[in-house]
Amino acid sequence: MRRRSLWADMDWLSVLLYALLVSVGWISIYAADFDGLRTGMFDLSTSHGKQILWVTVALVLAILIVIIDNKFYTTFAYLIYGLVMVMLVMIFFIGSEVKGNKSWFVLGGFSIQPSEFAKFATALAVAKYLSSQGANMKYWSTRFIVGAIILLPMMLILYQGDAGSALVFLSFVLVLYREGLSSWVLVGGGLFVALSLLSLAIDEKLYLVVGIVLATAVIIYLLRKHIRIAMLVGAIAVSSIGYIYAVSYFFGKLKPHQKDRIEVVLGKLEDKKGAGYNLDQSKIAIGSGGFSGKGFLNGTQTKGNFVPEQTTDFIFCTVGEEHGFIGTMIVLGLFMALLARIVYISERQRSKFTRLYGYGVASILFFHIIINIGMTIGLVPVIGIPLPFLSYGGSSILSFTILLFILLKLDSDRLAVLR
Amino acid sequence: MDIFKNRRFIILGIFASFFVVFALHLFYIQIIDDSYEALANQNVIRNVTVYPNRGLIYDRNGMLIVENDATYEIFVIPKQVKDIDTALFCQLLAIEPQYFIDQMTKAKNYSRYVPSSFLKNLSVEQYASFQEHLYMFPGFYGDIRLVRKYPQHSAAHVLGYTGEISQKKLDAQSYYKSGDYIGISGLEATYEPFLRGHKGSKLILVDKFNREQGSFKDGIYDTAAISGHNLTVTLDIELQVYAEQLMQNKRGCVVAIEPSTGEILVMVSAPSYDPNLLTGRQRGNNYVMLQKDTLKPLFNRAISGGSYPPGSTFKSIMALMGLQEGTLQPYDVYPCFGGFRLGSHTVGCHDHAQLTDLSSAIQHSCNAYFCYVFKNIIDQSKFATSDEALAKWDSYLYSFGLGNKLGVDIPGENSGHVPTPKYYNNIYQKGHWKSSTIISLAIGQGELGITPLQMANMTCAIANRGYYFTPHFVKFIENDTTNFVKHYSGKNKTKVEQRYFDEVVEGLYQTVQAGTGRIAQIEGYEVCGKTGTVENPHGKDHSAFITFAPKVNPRIVVLAFVENSGFGATYAAPIASLVMEKYLNDTIAANRLFLEKRMIETDLIHPKVISSNEAP
Repeated sequence: MRRRSLWADMDWLSVLLYALLVSVGWISIYAADFDGLRTGMFDLSTSHGKQILWVTVALVLAILIVIIDNKFYTTFAYLIYGLVMVMLVMIFFIGSEVKGNKSWFVLGGFSIQPSEFAKFATALAVAKYLSSQGANMKYWSTRFIVGAIILLPMMLILYQGDAGSALVFLSFVLVLYREGLSSWVLVGGGLFVALSLLSLAIDEKLYLVVGIVLATAVIIYLLRKHIRIAMLVGAIAVSSIGYIYAVSYFFGKLKPHQKDRIEVVLGKLEDKKGAGYNLDQSKIAIGSGGFSGKGFLNGTQTKGNFVPEQTTDFIFCTVGEEHGFIGTMIVLGLFMALLARIVYISERQRSKFTRLYGYGVASILFFHIIINIGMTIGLVPVIGIPLPFLSYGGSSILSFTILLFILLKLDSDRLAVLR
Repeated sequence: MDIFKNRRFIILGIFASFFVVFALHLFYIQIIDDSYEALANQNVIRNVTVYPNRGLIYDRNGMLIVENDATYEIFVIPKQVKDIDTALFCQLLAIEPQYFIDQMTKAKNYSRYVPSSFLKNLSVEQYASFQEHLYMFPGFYGDIRLVRKYPQHSAAHVLGYTGEISQKKLDAQSYYKSGDYIGISGLEATYEPFLRGHKGSKLILVDKFNREQGSFKDGIYDTAAISGHNLTVTLDIELQVYAEQLMQNKRGCVVAIEPSTGEILVMVSAPSYDPNLLTGRQRGNNYVMLQKDTLKPLFNRAISGGSYPPGSTFKSIMALMGLQEGTLQPYDVYPCFGGFRLGSHTVGCHDHAQLTDLSSAIQHSCNAYFCYVFKNIIDQSKFATSDEALAKWDSYLYSFGLGNKLGVDIPGENSGHVPTPKYYNNIYQKGHWKSSTIISLAIGQGELGITPLQMANMTCAIANRGYYFTPHFVKFIENDTTNFVKHYSGKNKTKVEQRYFDEVVEGLYQTVQAGTGRIAQIEGYEVCGKTGTVENPHGKDHSAFITFAPKVNPRIVVLAFVENSGFGATYAAPIASLVMEKYLNDTIAANRLFLEKRMIETDLIHPKVISSNEAP
């Protein structure tokens, strides 16, 4: 077994991508936060000043993660998971409420959101369990236990009222898929979400039904050599149509305010001060950026605070408005490169644990990126989750740094050990 | 072995497909679709009109008579209004909830994105308390607006008023926008192009709460407002105020003109009103009140009251025509036996001393004398028909500024009425009328109609011995490159030569010295004047008096016209002469103060008060 420097096998490309994203984030926070008065970089009364502090803490943490022996993560995966779960439970008793969600611990001047840390903890636990002897996605027992590991934090967070963070755990489906979960789950899950949204969004159900019938007819025609699969597709189509009517039937049974909430999310009802307003304004900010943007600190929507939560959930607006299409493409490009790199890293592991963990990291990041950016450009309903590495916030930057650097640490030791 | 290894491509494919969709969507909203940029500008850029200072108006002595007062106007952008405390809002602005609802509906119907006027004429104090709470009312903002203020509370008819532009005018031009103020009557209307100045505009960046964040792109698109031209008018505001005081509780008018220039010193139409009533928030209510008043205070009798016959004041013109035509000699005497009889036509006369010549005929205002003068002009053998004769007669009147609009620089002027041959042909048929048919014209009655301003102007022509300047109010327009004032510098000559005037002027002088106008004497001045009692088929006669002084190089012409007040000497002559004395001497002689007091106190409008206070 060879022993090399701690840093020699570090994946420096990933570190570079990470550094670039954090920098873009900090510049955007500075612009969103800019009021012309407090321009000092380290002014702790500003968001950008605090963010520097958080990034510094994150870097220290990253170094610690790399220094700590890699056995720590495999050995204590369940313990870390357990501790975070305890924290999530404790929140119900000693947590503080911030913006309607009782999901924060307030320590001194800073608040910490344990749900952020539940992500990497769950990723570790899933990796640990699935890499253990005898675990195989073929078995119902394995499926059940993995499902429980994922659903426990999800339910606890959902119960705190933070639906956005809870939904993130759905992204583990990709990890399970990579490990052998049936494709039908992926297709079925996608179909389920798509049908639910469509049947609520489209008033005239007949269009939807006709669309499904036509699409099914084409698919069955193409699959006419494979009678069994064609029949299966037909069966799915029939149950889809049934499902559509079931959804609209149950939607009709809902109370008016519940209906409103759903309709706002689907964009059917214009809600100027609520979710609809955010969406409108963030689309305007990004759309008005044009090709090259309005220039750093020159974003009129950003300056006028038209987009709420602009340093956190809607940080992408600042990029879009001040740096235009070029800026948004750079950010999308950096994210795509990072995701591809993580998949590449995961696949080069001899250790199943590291691979599983790597896919967990990729899935969580992917889900955050898609939901967050999709929300700012109006493709996804408004769900309040941060954009990794860019959004302002200590819990967010720390948890994503931990998430990524545990992977980089495990990866840097890929040649040293075999787990 | 890992049989699912290839699934990494499916996972990467899922990642990539989302990113591609996002990139395409971003390409669409950021590059293809321009509407977001427009929406962004609507969000943050408020286009504010900068209203210029409207030109100030000074009187001939440099006294400020029209100025601007700052008020605030509240605007609303309906799209941005959300979550406001309507009760507090209404309380701060002192408005009814119903007003709020109505205005919001109106604004929404106009546009949800463009600002609409919400409330006008808020005082500075009221606005200050509202502004403190402005941050609670997104979508609302205030802007300064200037309204007119009349510190002398006088000359309402001359100055006119400003108000919001009417829809009709709005449609015909592009400079004004709905809600803009424009001069509607009087000098405010005539000199609108000078007074208004030029609006500017500025683009202001606002934040979500509608708070100003500074100017857009450092103001490169902003244009400054250009103040209106200040105006100096010919009015003597002190004299105007004095004349209005004399005319209070009466109907009628006073016009004073400087004959050597045509500058109008005074123009009173009574009853009048305080011009400040037609500014500010109560403007609408006050306007309705004034409009419904049966005494018609909004009506400018001095230029619009065209249906007054001139009465005896017209006799001097008759005399001048006769002299010019050669049908009358200064020493001609005609018999008067209490009137003039010709066929079935009779014109009565009053008791007066034996006439010796033309000037004594004027002095005693003998009706019969002027009937002969008229008859002799019309019945000259050189005229083939009555038509031709009357046409000639009319042409004299036209040359004295009668029968047509004079062209004074305030709107609403009436042309008066000088009957033409055609007019009588329509009544009597051609060839069926002659001098005796229309004999009442001789003494300024009958079908003759003349505005008080025309009467005053006609007097100027007599005072000047043969010419007049178009009466006007404008004296000086600041920074006026077009030299607009020169329009009023041309002499208008009468058809009567200068040499014929002295006889008539002498008669007017004698009228005041020893005739019907003795009450108009002013110590130290040779005052000329002529009384007139205008027969009024609808009630008591109107009293008129024209006067000028001094006799040589006259400095002022005054006309007073008091409706339904009887003889010219009773009210019109004292009022006209008091105005004249005030102008010439600045004070009223002690022995005439009783007259001043009596004139001021006389009430001809409220009949009960008269009967109890005055001898019948």
